[in-house]
This record gives sequence, structure tokens and C-alpha cells, in this order.
Amino acid sequence: MRVLDSLSSKSTVRYLIYACSLAFFFALILIPPILGIVLKWGTITDVFTNPSLMSRATSAIYSSFAIALFVSFIDVVAGLPMAWLITRGGFKWLKSLDTLADIPFIIPTVALGYSLLLFWSDSNQGISSLFGSSLVSQGWLLIILLHFAFSYPVIVRVMVGALLDYKREYEEAARTLGAAPLTADRTVTLPILKTALISSFILAFARSVSETGATIMVAGAFENGPIFISNLKTAQEPGYEGALVFVSFILIAISCAIFVTIRLLGPRLKMPIKKVWPVTERKLSSSRVTNLRNGMSLLVFFLLILIPSLFVALPSFYAITNGTLNQAVTGAGIWQEYWQSLILSYLVGAIATLLNIVAGLPMAVLIARRRLGTTLSSVLDVLVNIPLIVPSIALGVSLGIFWENFATLPEIGLLIFVHLSITYPYLVRSMTAAIERLNTDFEEAARTLGGRPFTVFRTIILPLTKYSLFAGAIMVLTRSVSETGATLAVTELKTAPVLLVDWVKGGVKATPIEIGLGCGILIAFSFIILLILRLFTRERARY
Amino acid sequence: MPEVRLVNVTKKFGKIVAVDDVSLQIHDKEYFSLIGPSGCGKTTLLRMVAGLTEPDEGEVYIGNRLVTSFPPEDRGIGFVFQTYALFPHMNVWDNVTYGPRVKALESEESEKIGREMLEMVRLFERLDAFPSELSGGMMQRVALARALSAGARLLLLDEPLGALDAKIRHDLRYELRRFVKDLRLTGIHVTHDQAEAMAISDRIAVMRKGKILQVGTPKELYLNPEHIFVANFIGESNFLEGYVTKLDNGYATIELREGLSVQSLDKRHKEGEKVVVAVRPEVLAVERGERETENFILGHIEGFRFEGTNIRYEIELKNGDEVVVVRPALAVEWLEVGEKVTVSFPADKSFVFAYPKRGLKNELALE
Repeated sequence: MRVLDSLSSKSTVRYLIYACSLAFFFALILIPPILGIVLKWGTITDVFTNPSLMSRATSAIYSSFAIALFVSFIDVVAGLPMAWLITRGGFKWLKSLDTLADIPFIIPTVALGYSLLLFWSDSNQGISSLFGSSLVSQGWLLIILLHFAFSYPVIVRVMVGALLDYKREYEEAARTLGAAPLTADRTVTLPILKTALISSFILAFARSVSETGATIMVAGAFENGPIFISNLKTAQEPGYEGALVFVSFILIAISCAIFVTIRLLGPRLKMPIKKVWPVTERKLSSSRVTNLRNGMSLLVFFLLILIPSLFVALPSFYAITNGTLNQAVTGAGIWQEYWQSLILSYLVGAIATLLNIVAGLPMAVLIARRRLGTTLSSVLDVLVNIPLIVPSIALGVSLGIFWENFATLPEIGLLIFVHLSITYPYLVRSMTAAIERLNTDFEEAARTLGGRPFTVFRTIILPLTKYSLFAGAIMVLTRSVSETGATLAVTELKTAPVLLVDWVKGGVKATPIEIGLGCGILIAFSFIILLILRLFTRERARY
Repeated sequence: MPEVRLVNVTKKFGKIVAVDDVSLQIHDKEYFSLIGPSGCGKTTLLRMVAGLTEPDEGEVYIGNRLVTSFPPEDRGIGFVFQTYALFPHMNVWDNVTYGPRVKALESEESEKIGREMLEMVRLFERLDAFPSELSGGMMQRVALARALSAGARLLLLDEPLGALDAKIRHDLRYELRRFVKDLRLTGIHVTHDQAEAMAISDRIAVMRKGKILQVGTPKELYLNPEHIFVANFIGESNFLEGYVTKLDNGYATIELREGLSVQSLDKRHKEGEKVVVAVRPEVLAVERGERETENFILGHIEGFRFEGTNIRYEIELKNGDEVVVVRPALAVEWLEVGEKVTVSFPADKSFVFAYPKRGLKNELALE
């Protein structure tokens, strides 16, 4: 360690580390998907000569963005009052609600998809059993309900965080000047939290555009972009390669365009705060209306999010009594492959997490401390977010093409690279934000006391940001474990979510109770991870 | 009209009692200050007047209205926050006209008020500036203009000068008082700076641990502190421990350590009672050499500090007690370290307090 400490004093060594981190990002994360598409650009004409394929492709692309846009808007409409209730409600039980709101976030999306399928669509179970027939059959409406369930927690999580960090004095100042609570929230709090709101909107939007595994489960014959790509890969009909490149390119290009537009125009977006309706807003701030709003928020949360998300746990309970659990534990029949897939999922997740930490930390320091100057660092900050907003199956397709052409990688290697690309932004974003929040005085104080750059990093920066490092690592791991689309696109290897999709689609014969238990075990693992995160968060409270 | 009355008000945060059964009356058009060390409950008390914190018990009246359950927007107040809380997404003009707008005043009326307020604080030319483009002093003046623009007759100020440099702070405190008096408002000013409160207040309440120890004019608090903590917190005092040995001829004789004694006109304590004599540094007289003056004690100069206007001597008395004496720097001949001196105690300007049950150090502690 001492050697590393003293080496860090040499600027050449420091720059070498930063250069390696940049090279890693550009060579392994950013450039391969772009080059992948460029390499197969020639095949794109195939789709133009095939009108039926073209029409399917455009309709799928349109569906993807229409659903993502619609879902993100209802996420904001439903999620904002919930975030307000959690942070401003003033009841102790709201802390439990805060944890409950995280549940759909950490449930692997395929398990969530299957859960929603059972709850809304299976005429023998869930809400449909009350009506005797499927209440919401597979198709676009079920996709909307599914995407709402997994993207709603994004808005709640980001906005709860923003409201907790927000200096409440602004709101209090508005109230002392005569503003009703709703007026104060609308004209003061919300405009100040605009950046967080825009970020959460982008995240919810990206999650909806990107999700594949669960969407395949609930889509039926309906196609959006990722399902179209997945169907093409499976069917391999004539001209499929061109269509694949075309749809992947359009999905990536439009996602990036939307992201950049929102990032650039978002801060200039003026909210309508000049006009005030004191009488109406005062009425809408009354305790009766507030209670009604809170009641509605809770109803939406429990009926549309929480109960459908956890519904899959029910077959897991039957599995205990009918012997399925026993079979699962002993690895009999289909369970042997299940456990192998689970081990593969966590192995790939763990390797991706470790590589992300090693390569992502110097990048986070580069961006947060503006080591490359303000402009370049800001550009880098935008670039690292790109894998986050690009549909994962499209990313998978282009990465698959790239690696096929440039290196002969074993399938597991390809899988790790793909997961690395998709999860890269999570750790870097988490650590960049944490280091930016950290007062530079601490580092300067340590340097004046004789600390070398690496000593300062490991004894000051790292201990003070360890929560964010841990949270970022957990996000990388859970995202990797639940990733389906890109995995489907690049490999025949079966990770746990891919296997579950196979079970549901009938590729492997599995009973509903077996599928339920399979999902239940995945959820249980996710809960253990959430528990570790919570315990760690409690530790943080001392400083 | 805006007389403020607090009746048996209590506020707890978990197990901590922030405000403990406080009753207080603030007169109409009075400039009133709440002072005390950090955590004494002064800001909580102010926030309860504003409606930003709800009392657990007790009642709050503004004018003749019982406003305990009223939200802040219905109390007719203006509030200046320590950090100013200027809305960062609005320019100076929008900040200042926010109050009239949310109260649905006609736009001409809002503009008239905005213009008047900004002219009053001499910032009309900066109406397009955003808060981040203003200096601390400017932000403070905008915060004041904004608080007043809502038409409040009661102005609540929570450490309004706390974030400013010493010189600006010094100048602005008189300006604050002038605004309140010129506009015929009632002002309640929270500060931990006793000099600031003394300079601008009509009356002051000294708080400690959620309770009010004494309310009075600056002069009353300085010249007649009723509590040993007030004697220490307002201004500065020397404290000498002793016992009352004799009460006669209008004097109380207090025996200090090593058999030394001083006399005081304060005769509220019985013979034999353990007491603390408090005396201000500027009322002690100090002379070179050992002299037989009235009510004197001998000692020597331990050290001194030149403070500009004054010179401050640290003197060790013959019995080992230490006192501080402050003299005008330019009016007297300076004494040197080690010089023997005679310190005279004016009997009419010393206060005698019962010895605190929990010890002198604990009683004077600010934490």
C-alpha cells in the first residue's frame, strides 16, 4: 500500500490510471456498440425491400416509445404524490412504506412480469379469478401495467431522495409569504427540484424502453422494439439481420436523441409558476383533499404496484406443501438447470461488479473533480449515461456483432462484457454524485497534513463515500442478475431470467408452481441484498 | 395591533424539551429580541409564532386572535430566515413580488409594492439579478423586502445577520431597527449575539434550556441581572465565591477566600449563606501600588491585552482569585505585567447571587 501511496504522488502515474480508465470506457463500453452497427450497416437495405418486415419494425419502434412516454408520465403523476406522502406525511409508518416502495425496484423484472401475468391475466388466480375470466389479457395494456410497476419506484426513489435533501426553508418562506401548501409546492419546491424530476423521468423512460424479459412474458402477440428483436433472433426469417440492425440503430439513436434533448433543454424548461390561483389552490390544499390524494396514492401503490408485484410469492407457498420445494432443493428434474443458471447469473454479476469498481472509480473521480476541465468532464458525464438509456437488447445485438468480428471470445466472456456495458453507468453515477457532494476541504486538509493522493483517496474519500460505493455495487449486481434482453441477444447461455422466460414461454415444460417458485427464489435473493443494503445504510447514520 | 402573546407554550422534540412552559408578551410596535446560547429554544419559539412549528401545549395570540392552529399563510407575518431562503429560481423582482402574487393582489398593486420595497432597501437597480449573483448584504436586504412586501405588520427575524461579515453586520443591524420603526411594525429578532440585541432592541428576553430567565430593557438586563446566567451572558462579569458574614449599615459583607472580604449594597442574602459576587470589569477601579482605599483588595497584573478602545488587565488577587478589569486605553497610564496593584470594588455596582446548586461553572455554561 505504501508503494502505491508514494507512486500516486507522481503525476505520470496518476495520469496513467486516468488514461486506463478512459481507455476502458471508450474501448469496451462506448465504441463497441457503435462499431457493431456500423459493421453491419450494409445489411440495413434488406429491411427497406421487405415491406411487411419494415411495417412490423416501425410499428414496434413506435410502440416502444409511445408506451415508454405514456408510462413515464403516469409514473410522475402517481409517483410524485407518493414521494410527498413519504417525506411530508409525518407518520412513523411511512418509513415502512418507503421500504415497500423499493420492492418492485429490486425484484428481477422477469419475476415481476410473471407475477403480473398471474395477477391480472390468469383467470384462475389473482384479480381475474374474481371475474371468472382474464381481466387484462396479454398485450399492450398488460405491458403498460408491467412497465408502470417497475418504473414507478424509480420516480418515488429519486424524488424521495430529492425531497429529503431539499432545504425546506424555501417552502416555509413561501408559506410565511401567504402561499397555500399546494401553491408553495407548485411554485417553489417543484421548480427547485426540477433537475431531479427530469432525471427520474429519463430513468423511468429508459427502463421502459429497455426492458425485455418481463415484457416478452406479458406481451402475447404484441410487439415493441425489444420483443421484435427477440422474435427476429428466434425466427431468423429472411432479411432478419438488416431489420435487427435497423431497429437497434433506431432505438439507440432515438433514445440518445431524447436523452440529449432533455439534458440540454430540461434546465431551460420554464415551469408555469407566474400564475397563481389562491382560492382554488387553498381549497386543494385542505386536509380533506390532501387525505383524498394520499388515499388515492396508497390505493394505486397497493393495487397496481405492490400486490401484483408480490403475487408470485403465492405459488411459492404452495410449492412448500406439494413437494416442489423439496425437488428444487435436491436439484431434481428441471431444477438442476435452474441452480446452474442462478449461479451463472450471480457469477457474471459479481465479475461485472468487480470490474466496474476497478474501472469506474477513477472515472468517477475524473468527472466529479473535473480533472479534464469543466467542458470535457461534462461531456464525459453525459457519455457515461448512454448505456443506461439505450435499450439493452439493441445494445446486446450491436455488441454481439462487434465481438463476433473483432475477437473470438468464449460465450461467458461475451456475456460478462455485455453485462459490463449495461451496468457501467450505475456505479460511476453513484460515485460521481457522492464525490461531488463531498467537500474538497476534507481532501485539502488531508493533503496539507502530508497525505499523498492515493492515501487521501483510500483514507478520506472512500470511507466517506462507502455507502454510495456499496449502493452502486448493489445496483450493478441486481441489474446484471435481472438483465434479460442483452443476454438473449448475444448468447445461448441461460442466466436465471432467461431460463424463466423459457419456462413461461413453454420452451421447457414447467408447471405454474415451479415457475412461481423459480421467481420466488430469485426474489428471495434480491430481498437478502436489500436487507444488506438497509443494514449498511443504518451504519452510515453515525457520520 | 400585532401584539404577540404566548401562553404556557411547550414544545418537545422526542425527549428534548425545546421550549418549556413559556409565557411572554410582546407589545405592539416593539422591537423585541430573543437571545440565548445555541439550542436554548429561541428559534423554536419564533417558529411557533410563525406557525412553522406547532406547539405541543399552550396558546399563541397575534393581536387578539388565537392563532395556535393557524397555518403560517394565515398569520399575517413576515419571516426573514438566517439563510435568507431566497428562491434560487426567481430573480429579485419575482422574489419580492411573490407575496402579493400568492395573495392575488392586482398586478398594478403588486408592482407598486415591489417597487416601493426594493427602493426602500436600495436594490431597485438589481431587480433582474438572481440570488446567486448578490452579495450577502444584498441578499439580506432582498429577504427583508420580500418579507415586508406581503403586507405583514409583524416581522419575525431568525438570526437575520448571522451569515454576514462583522462590519456589514454592524451597519445592517441599525438599518433593521430603522425599517421596523419607520414602518410602525412589531419586530421579533432572534440572535445569539448579545451586543446586537442590546444595540437595537426595546426589550430583550434571555433564554436558556427552553425557559425564559429574564425579560427587560437592555439597561435593566445589564444593570440589574436577576439571574447569574444573565449577568454572565449579557456583557461580562467577574465572579468571586464567598460567604455573607455580616449585614449592617446598609451593607452586606462577603468573605472571600483566604479571609479577604468585600462589601456590597445587595443585601438579599442571609448571614452564613454561600454566595457569588458578580462585578462588571469596567466598574472595577485599579491603581498602581498597594493603597488603603475603600473596599479594596491587593493583587498583581498577570497580563493585559490592548483592544483598541480599551485595555484589558488580567489581575490575580492576593487570595488567588482572578479578575478582569477593563479601562479606557488612551485615558490612563498603562500598567505592566507583574506590577502590584490595588483593585477597588464599588459596593453599589456589584450583584450578589446565591451559590448555584449545580456549581458555578455548570450554571454559567453555554452548552
